[in-house]
Amino acid sequence: MDFLRFLRGALGAATTGGRTYHLWMGVLTFIIMVGGYAYSVQLREGLIVTGMSDHVSWGLYISNFTFLVGLAAAAVMLVLPAYVLKDVDFSRAVLIGEGVAVAALTMCLCFVVVDLGGPQNMWHLVPVLGYFNWPRSMLAWDVLVLNGYLALNLLIPLYILYQHYHGREPQRRKYVPFVYLSVFWAVSIHMVTAFLLAGLPARPFWNTGLLGPRFLASAFAAGPAFIIVTLHFIRRMTTYRIANETLSKLAMIATVAAQVNLIMLGSEIFKEFYFPTHHSESARYLFFGLHEHNALVPWIWTSISMNVLATIVLTLHPLRRDQRLLYPACLLLFVAVWMEKGIGLIIPGFIPSPLGEIVEYMPTWVELAVTAGIWSLGLFVFTALVRVALAVETGSVRHPGAPIMQD
Amino acid sequence: MTRKFRLRDLFTLMARGSEAASTAPASASGCGAACSCSTPEDSGHSVLDKTVDRRRAMGMLFGGAAAAATATKSAASVTQTEPEKDEKLLAWEEQLKGNFRLMTERERAETIDRLEQLTLIRHGVDVRIRDAGAIPGVLYGYAFNISRCKGYRNCVEACIKENNLDRKTGTQYIRIFEMEGGQVTFEDGDAEYFHQVPAEGHFYMGTQCFQCANPPCVDVCPVGATWQEPDGITVVDYDWCIGCRYCEAACPYWARRFNWSEPEVPAEEINPNQHYLGNRLRPKGAVEKCTFCIQRSRQGQLPACAEACPTGARVFGNLLDPNSEIRYVLEHKRVFRLKEDLGTEPKFWYYMD
Ligand code: SF4
Ligand code: SF4
Repeated sequence: MDFLRFLRGALGAATTGGRTYHLWMGVLTFIIMVGGYAYSVQLREGLIVTGMSDHVSWGLYISNFTFLVGLAAAAVMLVLPAYVLKDVDFSRAVLIGEGVAVAALTMCLCFVVVDLGGPQNMWHLVPVLGYFNWPRSMLAWDVLVLNGYLALNLLIPLYILYQHYHGREPQRRKYVPFVYLSVFWAVSIHMVTAFLLAGLPARPFWNTGLLGPRFLASAFAAGPAFIIVTLHFIRRMTTYRIANETLSKLAMIATVAAQVNLIMLGSEIFKEFYFPTHHSESARYLFFGLHEHNALVPWIWTSISMNVLATIVLTLHPLRRDQRLLYPACLLLFVAVWMEKGIGLIIPGFIPSPLGEIVEYMPTWVELAVTAGIWSLGLFVFTALVRVALAVETGSVRHPGAPIMQD
Repeated sequence: MTRKFRLRDLFTLMARGSEAASTAPASASGCGAACSCSTPEDSGHSVLDKTVDRRRAMGMLFGGAAAAATATKSAASVTQTEPEKDEKLLAWEEQLKGNFRLMTERERAETIDRLEQLTLIRHGVDVRIRDAGAIPGVLYGYAFNISRCKGYRNCVEACIKENNLDRKTGTQYIRIFEMEGGQVTFEDGDAEYFHQVPAEGHFYMGTQCFQCANPPCVDVCPVGATWQEPDGITVVDYDWCIGCRYCEAACPYWARRFNWSEPEVPAEEINPNQHYLGNRLRPKGAVEKCTFCIQRSRQGQLPACAEACPTGARVFGNLLDPNSEIRYVLEHKRVFRLKEDLGTEPKFWYYMD
């Protein structure tokens, strides 16, 4: 019964707010509905309404998927210092981090589902009911780890918030093992998603051992960058206190990751272009264009410039410590990684085709609308989660019998 | 009544699933033969079959609502004609069937019966769908004579007709590349040539699914909707495929095709001689590929492409038969395969006179 009351309180917190809040959620809902409509068109007509083809058989959806897996994984890297090392600063940011993880995973799962040609057959994936090709298929692994990770990231904060709701301290021995687990799990969702691509000898562009580490590095850059931007908003819009110390530590993580990411990118570029082979065609297409086909060239160079610029700002201490520069730099880094690790990674894998044919890819309005819809859904989930978490943490939602917190 | 059946049927499904899970690894790559071991009277199922014929039972379950509506003689009987209702029930039962590899003989017969009825209702064509298994002692192989092929593409034409390929988007399994002399680089080849052939200074190379002996496309499928049969043909269960297109990304020879929209074949052009794992009409959102014309080869015929080739550039046969033409070619000609470095072991060789 108490739990129901908790849920009711949470629902209340998520649905009440000022004008800006309602406006924000209203706009998101509208975009979600537009996305839903676009998806209904896709369901009726088939994936023909997307820009994908037998040549470029994955597009915007899977691009977003790979990026968001990274975001989900990175969010939890905040968990370890907060819960285990008892770093007080971080524990305030960590609920936000887990909110990011849940929202990112929701988006991931949505992107996979909208990419399926036969969503009505999805039950074939359910072990026992269907036929789960595990452990052979990396996609089966991915389904497992993503769902497991989602469960972990729902349960840990739920437990902690529920305890705080009662005004009790959560018991460490009950949740700390799961925290450790979720940190390992975070690395695994990332590696498995990288293996999904790297395990295909048919696609030399992905078939590199560096793909997994690169995924991790770019995720640990984009994830904290995103959280820094969110914390900035939370600080401005709510009474929830977040120390400057937290922000600067996060910025440090993002910086180091962004530097490592650039080094690995450089190393890939060297390998592809020092002595280009037939296997370098995709990279050539991506960076310089192939025989008048160069749709991605401006895209990738924009991304790299943004990436380098953001990394420079973050690397130089005086610049990073200046808050007016920190937030734009983080935003820049986030978008740059999205561009590079989404479209910039998935599409060139298909161009040229394994038989050397070049067919380019351009998303259609349906894909754009569905993608915008899913991102809005993610932001919607995230906002609602953060709102509930903050309401419980600041004590505005609590059990009637709970002792008053001294915060 | 309705409720009871629904539960039972779910349990049957589960029982079958767990059984599948336990046998799957053992029979992973060669299930066609293994399938004969699953007896038609497997436990939970026969109980259901005795009580009521499966089709009717399923119809009652999932068409329950619709049936109830018609029973009350309301508007339903006006809006729903008999064939439409039938189509709905059949489609529901189809939706709930299992993976072909794990079906019992009886279930196979039932789904084939339903598919034939559905084709009749939807397209007005009376087709015959076989489920003939692999012939023991047969392993199919293909050889392609580069010096003979003139690029006429009769094979492409024949393949489209034989395999009921989608006419709307122009699906083709076979690609004939016009290659520049002096090199074997597909990057410089052209598969979309449109001029008189043979062109001066060029030669022609056909590609299709090479039925790899070590097929990467099979490993990656998350739901086991594609597998290699004992006669070496890699097939797809179109109704089990979830359309993730992972296999399409995994194939190093660009041999797989996806149904981006509902495939269209004019009724008068539908080839009625079909196979469940071959040229039967595919649903939207599933992946498909060349099967060496499984509906023909398992009846002892040549694939349509081999039969259609006017130059004799295509040699098809049983690799295990020492007297077959394909064995002759492999033993007496200089042959090579594409991308041998990947270790996919294609069963498709190129050779020259
Ligand atoms: S050619 Fe492609 S589709 Fe055919 S068996 Fe090999 S990997 Fe699979
Ligand atoms: S598209 Fe179908 S056959 Fe291919 S991997 Fe996905 S489910 Fe399997």
